[in-house]
Amino acid sequence: MTTTSATATPAAPRGTPAAAPSARRGARAAALVQRHGTLIALLAVCAFGAIRYPEFATPENLLNVLRQNSMLGLVALGMTFVILTGGIDLSVGSLLAVGGVVAARLSPYGTLAAVAGGVGAAAALGLVNGAVVAKARIQPFIVTLAMMIAARGAALGATGEQSVRVDAGATGFAALGRGYTPIVLLVVAYATGWAALRYTRFGRYVFAVGDNEEAAKLMGLKVDRVTLGTYALSGALAGLAGIILAARLGAGQPVAGTGWELDAIAAVVVGGTLLTGGQGGAGSTLLGALLLGVTFNLFNLEGSITPWWQWVLRGGFLLGVVVVQNRLQGKVRRDG
Amino acid sequence: MSETTLAAVPRAGRRRLRLSGPTAGAAIALGVLVGANALLTPNFASAGNLWNVLLQVSTVLLVAVGMTLVISTGGVDLSVGSVMAIAGAVAATTLDRGIPVAIAAGLGAAAVVGLLNGVLIARFRIQPIVVTLATLIGGRGIAQVLSNDGELVPIDNPSFEFLGKGHLGPFPTQVVVAIVAVALGAFLLRATPFGRYVLAAGGNPAAARLAGVPVWRTIITVYVLSALLAGMAGLVEAAKLGASDAAKIGLNVELDAIAAVVVGGTALAGGRATVFGTVIGALIMQVIATSFNMLLVPYAWSLALKAGIILFAVYLQRPRRV
Amino acid sequence: MSADASVATTDAPFLRMEGITKRFSGVTALDGVDFALVPGEVHALVGENGAGKSTLVKIMTGAYRRDGGEMWVEGRPAGFATPADAQAAGVVAVHQEIHILGFRTVAENVFLGREPRRWGVIDWRRMNDDTARLMAELGLDLDPRAALGTLSTARQQMVAIARGVSLGAKVLVLDEPTSSLAEREVAILYALIRRLQAQGTAIVYISHRFDELYAVCDRVTVLRDGKLVGTRALAGLERLDLVCQMLGKSREEMQAGDAGFAPDAPASADEPLLHADGLRRGTRLRGVNVEVRRGEIVGLAGLLGSGRTETARALFGADPAEGGSIRLKGKAIEPRSPDDGIAAGIAFLSEDRKAEGIIPELSVGENLTLAALPTLTRFGIVSRAKQQALVERYMTRLGIKASSSQQKIRELSGGNQQKVLLARWLCTDPELLIVDEPTRGIDIGARGEIQALVNELAAGGMGVLMISSDLEELVEGSSRVVVLRDGEDVARLARGEVTQDSIIRAMAGGSATAAVASAVTPASASDEPSAPAAEVGA
Repeated sequence: MTTTSATATPAAPRGTPAAAPSARRGARAAALVQRHGTLIALLAVCAFGAIRYPEFATPENLLNVLRQNSMLGLVALGMTFVILTGGIDLSVGSLLAVGGVVAARLSPYGTLAAVAGGVGAAAALGLVNGAVVAKARIQPFIVTLAMMIAARGAALGATGEQSVRVDAGATGFAALGRGYTPIVLLVVAYATGWAALRYTRFGRYVFAVGDNEEAAKLMGLKVDRVTLGTYALSGALAGLAGIILAARLGAGQPVAGTGWELDAIAAVVVGGTLLTGGQGGAGSTLLGALLLGVTFNLFNLEGSITPWWQWVLRGGFLLGVVVVQNRLQGKVRRDG
Repeated sequence: MSETTLAAVPRAGRRRLRLSGPTAGAAIALGVLVGANALLTPNFASAGNLWNVLLQVSTVLLVAVGMTLVISTGGVDLSVGSVMAIAGAVAATTLDRGIPVAIAAGLGAAAVVGLLNGVLIARFRIQPIVVTLATLIGGRGIAQVLSNDGELVPIDNPSFEFLGKGHLGPFPTQVVVAIVAVALGAFLLRATPFGRYVLAAGGNPAAARLAGVPVWRTIITVYVLSALLAGMAGLVEAAKLGASDAAKIGLNVELDAIAAVVVGGTALAGGRATVFGTVIGALIMQVIATSFNMLLVPYAWSLALKAGIILFAVYLQRPRRV
Repeated sequence: MSADASVATTDAPFLRMEGITKRFSGVTALDGVDFALVPGEVHALVGENGAGKSTLVKIMTGAYRRDGGEMWVEGRPAGFATPADAQAAGVVAVHQEIHILGFRTVAENVFLGREPRRWGVIDWRRMNDDTARLMAELGLDLDPRAALGTLSTARQQMVAIARGVSLGAKVLVLDEPTSSLAEREVAILYALIRRLQAQGTAIVYISHRFDELYAVCDRVTVLRDGKLVGTRALAGLERLDLVCQMLGKSREEMQAGDAGFAPDAPASADEPLLHADGLRRGTRLRGVNVEVRRGEIVGLAGLLGSGRTETARALFGADPAEGGSIRLKGKAIEPRSPDDGIAAGIAFLSEDRKAEGIIPELSVGENLTLAALPTLTRFGIVSRAKQQALVERYMTRLGIKASSSQQKIRELSGGNQQKVLLARWLCTDPELLIVDEPTRGIDIGARGEIQALVNELAAGGMGVLMISSDLEELVEGSSRVVVLRDGEDVARLARGEVTQDSIIRAMAGGSATAAVASAVTPASASDEPSAPAAEVGA
């Protein structure tokens, strides 16, 4: 005993008391970066753009960025609700196509019918996702993967693999994709989404289900309804995005939206919503979507970056954000 | 006590023949599908057509074997399609230095992507779906950049093209490659400590770690293997096409591979795996595609049916609750 | 056995169940069980694993539906399809593994499902105010805005109970409420229970610990194999009789079967097998010294959070020590991972069988050989013959009851799973065996077998370090006991000194050694917000 106790002394003092306050300050800084990291990054990217490219900080360019990203923004908002419950929706790209095709076909009967039909069709398919996830207890990943395939098939089959032209007389419909309309829709959707998450029971239950589904169930929540609601909402928003896209292109395309689920997930994750559910929100997703959008705008302004390099950078960017987020989170948890 | 241990001996032998529930179901479904098609679809049962099914399934099967390992650790690898494209592009652009160099370079590039996936997932503990989603996006871009910004890189080398077009005896080379991969996957899972570690890491990582299982190394190896098999599939596909088409090779193959794995009875939650089931799953999906094609059923319908089959397969193996 | 007449049940029962039956895929879990609760009583529900306690409670609280029998609440027939229905009727459960929303605040957890609203939107201010008032009423000092995940387990449990109270619970079911609480936290829980009892709330109390049952409960209902054994007043009931009822054995049988559980004397005074000196890690381990000799079982005692499990994990390398030294067989080792620990000849049976022990989908045989796999491998291939021989040997030796070595381990009972895990370690031929709560949650029969096996291993020359919260187990099963408090060893009790009383004194800090130890460390104790003792002190 006495012989070995001497060896312990030099090895012992590693976490000295002096290190503690600085570690805690580090954790606080990490928490700050984690909470506002996306905003900081967005501001930094915008500042960089404004300095480097004269055409970046012009109203036309900025409005264009917003307009172009409004559709992905809407899809990402729906995805946020789903991911907050701990689920995932891979079918949004296909539902977007369904929404666009249905709306284009209904465009001769008036804008209202077209919009209601497009959103309704996509929401109904979203509801099917939710029903299968909730009732059959199959992983959301696989359910929405199947819906992604099936809805794409439906869109292709119903149109004979051709795009559906928007009725030439439907000027109201075409206006949905022009001017400020997509931007207003985006802003209204996010404001509503934010308020719903914070101030309605449905919103709180979305968080509760993603936090601990079993607990939520035992506390008497109707978890199934919440699940149904989020997938239906995700479908509806994807449909709305599809309508805007159809209005912009003048046609509903059955192949539209391929791969959008990936971009939407990227926006949600970059924004800071946890993929495991329970933490995050609409505001952070908006920032995430804008950050991605502005970054691409800068790539385009740079000009010399080919689309393929953009893909590479996109993947790298997503990885980088996730790694940084992960590190920060670990730091907050360990020291905070 | 002696009764239970005595009873254990004969049962040990029986187990190898016993199929787990979902896999048995899939095997029966495949039998019914092939039987119905043989009766109802003209020319389906011809030798040429059956070879065709095998030819078409072989690249998906290569990828699906790797995917089986990945999914049984509780993960998923979405990047396989992009890895195929990268391997094809690297091989095509290095072919002028000789076939061994091209193949080694192609597989090497694939392995690097797998290593990146594995390290980020195992060491940084980031969800597999996010990591491999990022490498799916970035990887496709890299493949395009490598092929001179998205151009078709022709392969004018009959020896290399043998990989995708040749025959070894009566067997098409790519079918042989796929069979070797299946055998290798089954062997790894069944007979090696690595296989046991894969299932342990997927079934209960915390327990596996405490039992001395090298969890990190196992997971990283699994993703590298998945990428290597996808790389091999990329080489085969490029050889078959006679060109590296970075935009097309491996597009959406991850979905087909996941579908094959799931339909075959490997649990999505991890901890259980059957390579044999994956073969059956891949064949089911291919037989449906081929027969619908022959019957001139619109593509859309075959997509819908595929989706239905995936859902049904997963429904059968969903976690049971009281 | 019929209900005891001596219990004064003048009150009409609030909740009554008769002939409750429940089957799971053909297996009968509950067979015609009667149960009644009167307002203001604390009613213990006991039985071995598989007796049907949880099933009964889940039917009572709406998590399961019954297959047969009748239920009345306040004299009216009742049947709950969901937990929400049961809550509406005033029957609320606080479950064994506490179910909480970790990211959400105390107030949100309390009000989930019935958030106060104004103009149709959630009224956050009122929700927080109401929660603060509720906490004050219950004598709990909790911030309604704190995220629940940042609180200690004890406080999370208090929140779960507070939620039940605010739901207007007339029946509160507490399933193993103290399993994760330290002594001081238990006192807070008892105070809360008494307060609720005085208000007329009926409490169903499930626990394996007899001390607790006798401390808080009025009546006890015993279940065995899904059947009702009887309901009696606890006051006149001897412990031994209660155990006999649970096991379905007569008193004579019990006393005979209880013998033969004595630890071995420590071996000679030469170099100890294990000598750990000043182990440190973060705030949980602040200098632990432990010695284990061959052939002895050293008990490691301490309250929750005292650093017992942390010591074990540091020795094994699962959560490596940041300071201090470890010598095994006189050789310095520095385990950085479980691999290192295993290579050095250490085995570690974790306290959490489900989360850190079994691989549920693998077979008994595969689970058993997991740690020994490298020794069964030649040219990279696992030898099936060798594996089978090994598995059979240990299944026989440990009396593992399974239909075959191919049966999936998740289908086994807790006791048999534990034996497989023990066998997993014995395959690696360890010299030092660390067992963390080896008999927790295991029925009494298997418990005796495991304790006997540990004794046998020690007798065979293995050194054993046994962590346990069960004082009886420590007293009966250890050669010596080392007591930890706040991450330091505060007492070493030699063979003659080990009694429940001496252990409790040392854990609580009553002994002279403890006083010295705590006097030495006041400086470092100050910057330690996460110490569990500090958290619940209020």
